[in-house]
Amino acid sequence: MSTDKTVLIANGQGFWGDSLLGPLRLVEEGPLDYLTLDYLAEVTMSIMQKQKLRNPEAGYATDFVEMLRQILPQCQAKGIKVIANAGGVNPRGCLNAIKKVVKELGLTGLKIGIVEGDDILDQLPELIKSGEAFKNLDNGAPVQDIIDRMSSANVYIGAKPIADALAQGADIVVTGRATDPSVVLAPLIYEFGWSMEDYDKLAAGTVMGHILECGAQCTGGNYCDWKSVPDFARIGYPVVEAKADGTFTVTKHQGTGGLVNVDTITSQLMYELGDPNHYLGPDCTSDFTTIQLEQDGENRVKVSGIKGSAPTPTYKVSMSYEDGYKIVGQLTYTGPDAIEKAELAAQILFDRVALYGKPIPEQDRFVELFGTNVCYKGIVKQSQAPSEIMLRVGAKSYDKELLNILAREVAPLITSGPVGVTGFAGGRPKPSEIVGYWPALIDKTKVHTTVTVEEV
Amino acid sequence: MAIIKLMDIAIARSGDKGDGSNVGIKARTPALYQFLKENLSEQRVKEHFKEICFGKVTRYELDNLNVLNFILEDSLGGGGTATLIMDAQGKVHSLAMLHMEMDVPDSLLA
Repeated sequence: MSTDKTVLIANGQGFWGDSLLGPLRLVEEGPLDYLTLDYLAEVTMSIMQKQKLRNPEAGYATDFVEMLRQILPQCQAKGIKVIANAGGVNPRGCLNAIKKVVKELGLTGLKIGIVEGDDILDQLPELIKSGEAFKNLDNGAPVQDIIDRMSSANVYIGAKPIADALAQGADIVVTGRATDPSVVLAPLIYEFGWSMEDYDKLAAGTVMGHILECGAQCTGGNYCDWKSVPDFARIGYPVVEAKADGTFTVTKHQGTGGLVNVDTITSQLMYELGDPNHYLGPDCTSDFTTIQLEQDGENRVKVSGIKGSAPTPTYKVSMSYEDGYKIVGQLTYTGPDAIEKAELAAQILFDRVALYGKPIPEQDRFVELFGTNVCYKGIVKQSQAPSEIMLRVGAKSYDKELLNILAREVAPLITSGPVGVTGFAGGRPKPSEIVGYWPALIDKTKVHTTVTVEEV
Repeated sequence: MAIIKLMDIAIARSGDKGDGSNVGIKARTPALYQFLKENLSEQRVKEHFKEICFGKVTRYELDNLNVLNFILEDSLGGGGTATLIMDAQGKVHSLAMLHMEMDVPDSLLA
């Protein structure tokens, strides 16, 4: 293998709901070897389990399959491989849907791989019996507190099974709850033949994944010096030029908008960062205090020096559980006395709900006067009385019907409350389920991933 | 000495971490980083966010990047997914931090 081999890896989707322009333009506008996409957040798995309960074929990111319909002909022509954690709680269902799309497009010779084994919801009773406590990582609470209400349980798996699928010739790899950096690290392990004990390299790939995982958030998006970012509308999604020695350069396609400099990359390195000396992942522990960044020409940042160490003997588990309902309604109050009128309206609302016979307890009520510096509470002072504010009023409850009563009483405030109210365009608010998040750990030896590759 | 806002000497990004948030702050020069390392303490940040953060504040240092990373516990208005507040994920805690005012030596502002 030549040591100057370069592998081009991009991220076209920072979260489920990110712009379709990301993957479309990455494939269209420049050279690429791998397109990675991130679809899963903590609450996503719970939603997908519910979809799967209603329909055994469902429970994966359907947006991903529809996006593939648009890019697959070009991916095949250019030899671009696609890796996504879009399988949700049903990677096999996702595989079947992709096969259908490939056939409809009239493409042949495509290999699709899936990684399974992260979904442990059905195995929980036996895992608990075998000694896994699944205590809440944040507060140490026992899993018995929520076991009857649990709606999903997934292990954050690493890059190795994805790399195995690539080694078996997969052009597309779909996983369930793989970590976001794993979809980026996997092609490096496969392309460069990195050992799973070469922790500095695995850490380099993990840091690369952390930089890429939020898409355009490293190429000028959400960046403090926003006035220096050209052409936001055509912002380029990140592309990495990776080398076998673990060094890499972050850039974007020629002619795209956005900005890649040491500060835009540093900004993304800081995103959702905990202890920088011990960035825990399934395949290694990365040390963010060893990262060296260097501007290497316009819109190019070279990353080097990254050190890693052995991973912990446990995987992180993401569990979710049903934790009641929440609701919030909105009305706009104009001045004079906008704040006083909005506060009065909220009180009227809770008093009226109580007239139905069941008051909402004080601690479950929510009132926020948007426009009174709620985002900078106690930090930026209000200079004068606002002439308009948005009342956000709502509650939490395990009693959905109680929240429906509140929902019905928001609009009547317009005709039977204080003057100067408008902005009920959103219609009657609806209670939504609160999905509780329960992080835990599991002994690695008890998790068994499998790889399946099928050709269409 | 001049009273300046942190936004004049640093950039920041924040995000959610369970029921809390993290705020990473990068000084614009190595000298300013040294100044922040000496002056932007956990206590100072806790006081700044006193009406937003109701838990502990922990600081980590990344000398290689001129970055200080702060973890703000219990800063999202209750449970991570259950909260009803507008900034449910602490997305603008970054800019909230940059509104802090500090006395900075003139020599560092040249």
